[in-house]
Amino acid sequence: MTTEPFARLSDDDLATCVHCGLCLDACPTFRQTGLETESPRGRIYLMTQWKRGQLPFTEDQARHIDLCLGCRTCEAVCPSGVPYGRIIEAGRSEVEQMRRPSPKRWLARTALRQLLAKPRRLRTFGAMTKAAQSVGLTSIARSGRQLPKLRARFQPPAGGIAPAIGPRKHRVAFLVGCVMPILYPQSHEAAVKLLQLAGCEVWFPRAERCCGALLAHNGDLEGAERLREANMEVYRDSNFEALIVDSAGCGAHLKDFYPELTGRVKDLSEWLVEIGLPAPERDVKMRVTYQDACHLAHAQRIRKQPRDLIRALPGIELIEMRHPEICCGAAGLYSTLEPAMSARILEEKLDDVESTHADVIATANPGCQMQLESGLRSRGSTMRVEHISELVIRAFLH
Amino acid sequence: MALEHAVLEDLRRVVGREHVIEASNDLRIFERDASIEGAAPDAVVLPATTAEVSAVIKIASKNRIPVVPRGAGTGLSGGAVTIHGGIALQVTRMRKILEIDPVAQTALVEPGVVNQELSLVAASHRLFYAPDPSSQKACTIGGNAAENSGGPHCLYYGVTTNHVLGMEVVLADGSVQWVAGDAPDRIGLDLCGVLVGSEGTLCAITKIKVRLLSTPPSVATLLAAFSSIDAASQAVSAVIGRGIVPAALEMMDKVTVGAVEAHYHAGYPTDAGAVLLVEVDGIPESTRELMAAVRNVLAENQGYAMREAQSPSERDLLWAGRKGAIGALGRIKPNYYLHDGVVPRSRLPQILSAVGEIGVHYRLPVANVFHAGDGNLHPNILFDLRDRDVLPQVESAGEEMLRAVVELGGALSGEHGIGLEKNAFMPWVFSADDLDAMRRVKDALDAHGIMNPGKIFPDPQRKAPHLAGRTGLAIEAKWW
Repeated sequence: MTTEPFARLSDDDLATCVHCGLCLDACPTFRQTGLETESPRGRIYLMTQWKRGQLPFTEDQARHIDLCLGCRTCEAVCPSGVPYGRIIEAGRSEVEQMRRPSPKRWLARTALRQLLAKPRRLRTFGAMTKAAQSVGLTSIARSGRQLPKLRARFQPPAGGIAPAIGPRKHRVAFLVGCVMPILYPQSHEAAVKLLQLAGCEVWFPRAERCCGALLAHNGDLEGAERLREANMEVYRDSNFEALIVDSAGCGAHLKDFYPELTGRVKDLSEWLVEIGLPAPERDVKMRVTYQDACHLAHAQRIRKQPRDLIRALPGIELIEMRHPEICCGAAGLYSTLEPAMSARILEEKLDDVESTHADVIATANPGCQMQLESGLRSRGSTMRVEHISELVIRAFLH
Repeated sequence: MALEHAVLEDLRRVVGREHVIEASNDLRIFERDASIEGAAPDAVVLPATTAEVSAVIKIASKNRIPVVPRGAGTGLSGGAVTIHGGIALQVTRMRKILEIDPVAQTALVEPGVVNQELSLVAASHRLFYAPDPSSQKACTIGGNAAENSGGPHCLYYGVTTNHVLGMEVVLADGSVQWVAGDAPDRIGLDLCGVLVGSEGTLCAITKIKVRLLSTPPSVATLLAAFSSIDAASQAVSAVIGRGIVPAALEMMDKVTVGAVEAHYHAGYPTDAGAVLLVEVDGIPESTRELMAAVRNVLAENQGYAMREAQSPSERDLLWAGRKGAIGALGRIKPNYYLHDGVVPRSRLPQILSAVGEIGVHYRLPVANVFHAGDGNLHPNILFDLRDRDVLPQVESAGEEMLRAVVELGGALSGEHGIGLEKNAFMPWVFSADDLDAMRRVKDALDAHGIMNPGKIFPDPQRKAPHLAGRTGLAIEAKWW
């Protein structure tokens, strides 16, 4: 426990903001509200005042921190190099300590910690949800309606190894993660197949847990740290060239919070472009638009590789939407914790998406996929959302 | 001073409860723009329509409350700072592009439309909006019109006022007026010309009709290194002296290039004393010819390591570096202070050596990044506000630099406006009669002085030098 208020916030980090304002229109909540208080510059200013004891902490102002999506678009456009991701996670964590307890937040945090602590718990929860869906129970709650139709969860192959197709050129570990195998098993299946096609032997570490991203993004740095320690036990003495991640939020967290893995954490698209895929085997006659996942585009600065992968598919037509780099409003648990703002952001995104008249929206993160799917569903649109792995695998006979 | 309850209720009735901010802690977040000084408003009001702007100003007029229009708050002279309190009239909810007429090549926009957004949307008609302030990713057309903003490409294309065809404005009594309009010539008294660049002291802008230009069929962008600022300045004079007017002609010194490269990795040479970024555009033949001429002149003037952008993405990256330069200075020190004085181009070598000497004298790092082609300086004095003793030095250095500009026959501001930072220096360049003439225009349009008080005109209620000498304001109250 730290006694000094706002000790986790670094004054030097905060001071890198020169207040130029170039970040403002990159921020989805500023674009919606037009308010300085809901902008990156405003939030940094607020946290600076808190840190320096110039403004008292109040629950009202903590709302400005809550309303941040943590998409880090601002960080990617900031010429001054403000480490906004680090600042907002530290800020959130402080806010959680300062604020008066709210049953909703306590419940969310406790449930999340408990669910993510052991993979089996989440699997059970997934199975229960699937059963509930089959009898129509989940449509009662808003967050239930957002869920995709659950399929059989992703299962790593027996023995925990998927062999390379053809000569083995690389040995990689694959992050199965917490929600991906339950929500989008087909993304994992396609991703693993692509890795095999590219000559990778894919290893699935058995005792691996959630990477901790969901906890860290919601101000629970201690919970995230416990998961990191558990996971490092698994990774530390193992031999792999890269840890492949097909969920942008997890990839960003692993890159930022797992110093021992520096340089070895790779997003799927980043890795596939690096090592090269074999030549496509068939045409993919589709109109596609690509929605940048915030934690890929901004946190990991990966925007080119997914587009390169898509453009390499024979017969495909990639149409850029307006502002593909702006968040869809999913942002982890944000769509559940801040449904009103999330919905406003989603509406603008759906307008941009629909005006491309694409058949498929490709993305690289389960949260984005779920948000876009549920938005399109409620508009009665026929557009499909696919993980980029699902799109790319279409070019291969498998 | 908090607004009276009844006034707040009136404001809420006009724009809706959630669009009036009056919690004092929140108001503090609105106290600054991209310059240094700050003072919190008594309320932030976000109207959505012209009628709402008019109603808000009527309430302010009746109660004699200052009104300070605010766009994105990226201004560099304190124009949006509510130095006398009052209402910050934030137009960021008014962000619709109402019409693009590809035949007439015009657009009608609301004031909160972001500068770059207009060019993005116009691009589908192969049109663009020429004035391109470095903050164009975030700044608003309304703010641009109020400040008569410039930008790198204004060397050839002209500044904002050359691109505004007409405006709908709300005057200090709340009345709504159109000034000028579709006609290319402004007939009668050029009221639009008076209002563009009036920095919110005469009106609030609610609609702007702007000129769009055809996207040039070809563009060439050249980066050239020089051993010193002095050599680069000579080269600038030589280019213009040869009768060449490039679309843009920008300079960055070594300090700036280092900061920019750290973020953008655009390939700027970090060991050069200064670099020039030169762009020419037009039909392919003339672009080629002009660029060859520019290269010759630069080579004759000790330019080296010349590199032309080979692709649009390479050009974009070079420009991203230039336009993000001031923000990138945060990598060196957390704060900057700059006056955007202008000198006749032939005086660039003298003024830059004077700026350098002033920096050395005050032991303050100075980063130069500026529109060299039109002699528009941006000497950024770099410092850290957390260091209590430095502010008077910073302010004196800035003032001396501006004084040197004026002594060389220059002007106080090229594009950032006078605002709060330079109003005390207006008597250096204007006689009492000049200022009085301006004052009479102000009085005619804003009898009670509610529109952005304390800007442009020397403010009798404030003592100069102002930054360090003031009490009770944000900077003193909070930073230490």
